[in-house]
Amino acid sequence: MLTTDRVAGAALVLLSLVVLWESRRLPLGSLRNPGPAFMPVALAVVLLGFGALLAVLAGKAPALSSVGWTEWRHAVAIFVVCAFAALALERLGFRVTIALSLAFLLGVVERKGSILTAVLSIAFAVGAFLLFDTFLRVPLPRGPLGL
Amino acid sequence: MAETLQNLVLGFSIALSPPILLYAFVGCVVGTLVGVLPGVGPLAGISLLLPATFGLDATRAIVMLAGIYYGAMYGGSTTSILMRIPGEAASVMTCIDGYAMARKGRAGAALAIAAVGSYVAGTVSVVALMLLAPPLASFALRFGPPEYFALLVLGLLVLAYMSSGSMLKALAMAALGLLLGMIGIDQMTGYFRYSYGVVELGDGIGVVPVAVGLFGLAEILATAGLPAPPQVVKPRLRELLPTRREWRDSAWPIGRGTVLGFLIGIVPGSAHIISSFVSYAVERKLSKRPEEFGQGAVAGVAGPESANNSATSGAFVPMLALGVPSGPIPAVMLAAMMVHGVSPGPLLIKQQPELFWGFIASMYVGNVVLLILNLPLVGVFVNILRVPYPILYPMILAFCILGVYAVNGSVVDVWIMLMMGALGYLLRKLGFETAPIVLGVVLAPMIEMALRQSLAMSDGRYSIFLLRPISATLLGVGLILITLGLKPLVTRGLDWRARLALVEKGEERS
Repeated sequence: MLTTDRVAGAALVLLSLVVLWESRRLPLGSLRNPGPAFMPVALAVVLLGFGALLAVLAGKAPALSSVGWTEWRHAVAIFVVCAFAALALERLGFRVTIALSLAFLLGVVERKGSILTAVLSIAFAVGAFLLFDTFLRVPLPRGPLGL
Repeated sequence: MAETLQNLVLGFSIALSPPILLYAFVGCVVGTLVGVLPGVGPLAGISLLLPATFGLDATRAIVMLAGIYYGAMYGGSTTSILMRIPGEAASVMTCIDGYAMARKGRAGAALAIAAVGSYVAGTVSVVALMLLAPPLASFALRFGPPEYFALLVLGLLVLAYMSSGSMLKALAMAALGLLLGMIGIDQMTGYFRYSYGVVELGDGIGVVPVAVGLFGLAEILATAGLPAPPQVVKPRLRELLPTRREWRDSAWPIGRGTVLGFLIGIVPGSAHIISSFVSYAVERKLSKRPEEFGQGAVAGVAGPESANNSATSGAFVPMLALGVPSGPIPAVMLAAMMVHGVSPGPLLIKQQPELFWGFIASMYVGNVVLLILNLPLVGVFVNILRVPYPILYPMILAFCILGVYAVNGSVVDVWIMLMMGALGYLLRKLGFETAPIVLGVVLAPMIEMALRQSLAMSDGRYSIFLLRPISATLLGVGLILITLGLKPLVTRGLDWRARLALVEKGEERS
């Protein structure tokens, strides 16, 4: 049966194998004189062991189908907004990026009214910039138009 | 003792200066707000607000961050009692009897008992921290790389042992965290490891994007689409006074919670969560009316709330005296101190006494500030919870992006936060704890350096770890813990960690 532990164990095994493969480019050194790849390889082997154990002992774990994913639409939307913010932050500037991100989440995902969405998005973006950049002197990115 | 008192006077002369007092106050207010907000616990809160302290000197910054930590611990109890939503994980146990008291019309009394218990525990545990940290730091001056290696490994093993749920899963998460901590330049040879040409990864993965991703973003991803939270019970100010019986019933639980919390706090692990669980179990066991637990027993609020606040100070002992974080929150505090040029460890108390003792004294002050804040202003904080979550979470998300970006001024950190958020969300769904990942990321470079230095000292002989008494003892304790932790795999029984996991799951569902 496909259980949560079995899936997680398999993923950990896969990750360990990727690390072991990627470590081939680095000098391993020896047991007495470890090189830069020594510790990562040792940890990957340990993780491989834990992953395999998890997968083997996974019988009593809950079935994967029992995990609820009802919120997945929201999760994907938030994930996309974060990715947009990472891409746009230094291109469009903090205020524009945050205002657009909030507008999308409030207006499109949460379906709030357009006036409330616009007011909250702009007020938060401008307010946070003022607080952190202007008052607390934490430099935040400005876009091409100085926004 | 006379020297300690003299140093404390020095500390108070710093902590009571108006600017430091102001930063302690601001930290406590912001921390309480952070604790009240569902989804932003102390860990994400400290990480997010770290950039706001960049313009401050080290003492003010540390005092403010400690205030945020304390405030978040206090604030967490408010949502637990009024909404049955733990503002942070340590308040899970308070939900049970705190919310039951609120439904009986005793919300004010529950909040008052929680605030007074937290104040007593916070103050007493700071005295213990003050007495324990300096001698421990003197002892730690004897530590060389082998002792540090053994101590760090033991720290991870204890964290895995103390985590709720399976120790195997916790160890796997610690190994994953250590692997993530390997990314970046190898400190001894200068090789770039797994950075794939991304220059920003040269310094490794920062603890702030990892912590905010795994805790802040993952929480938002998991909860944003859920139905709206239940109605808030709003207490009136005149209802805040507990009855004589309630005071009597909570006196001993507060005392026991304080001692238990501090002792558990020193030990590495998610101390504040475990301490509240242990305290609740102890109080139910010792109670003359155990049947009242779950129905609004005041001891079920007083004990766990005192314990989790006491554990907060306890967790500072190994961090300040040894420079070794005992959990994810002290790990972020350690990183924050390093950003400000302060290296916690045995030499801190000798080299920067004004910072250490100022910090200790500001904890006393912070506790008073929180007591004053929490009771009369509870209505103000509760109003924040009236903002609908669909409006609140986009703002919290924007703060996550802002906070993570501002630490290094790098969008790479925002990407790391995003990946960690997705990882945390999936791990949460699969029933894994993510705290060991954060600690692993912080400890990885320290462990590797200590191992390689030890081998350089011994000409490559691993026996150095067994020939030195301190490291041998520490590793021996670690071995015992592994054996104890893996016992349920053989016996197939439910140990205390499995029971804790069941309680946490039950609270999440309800």
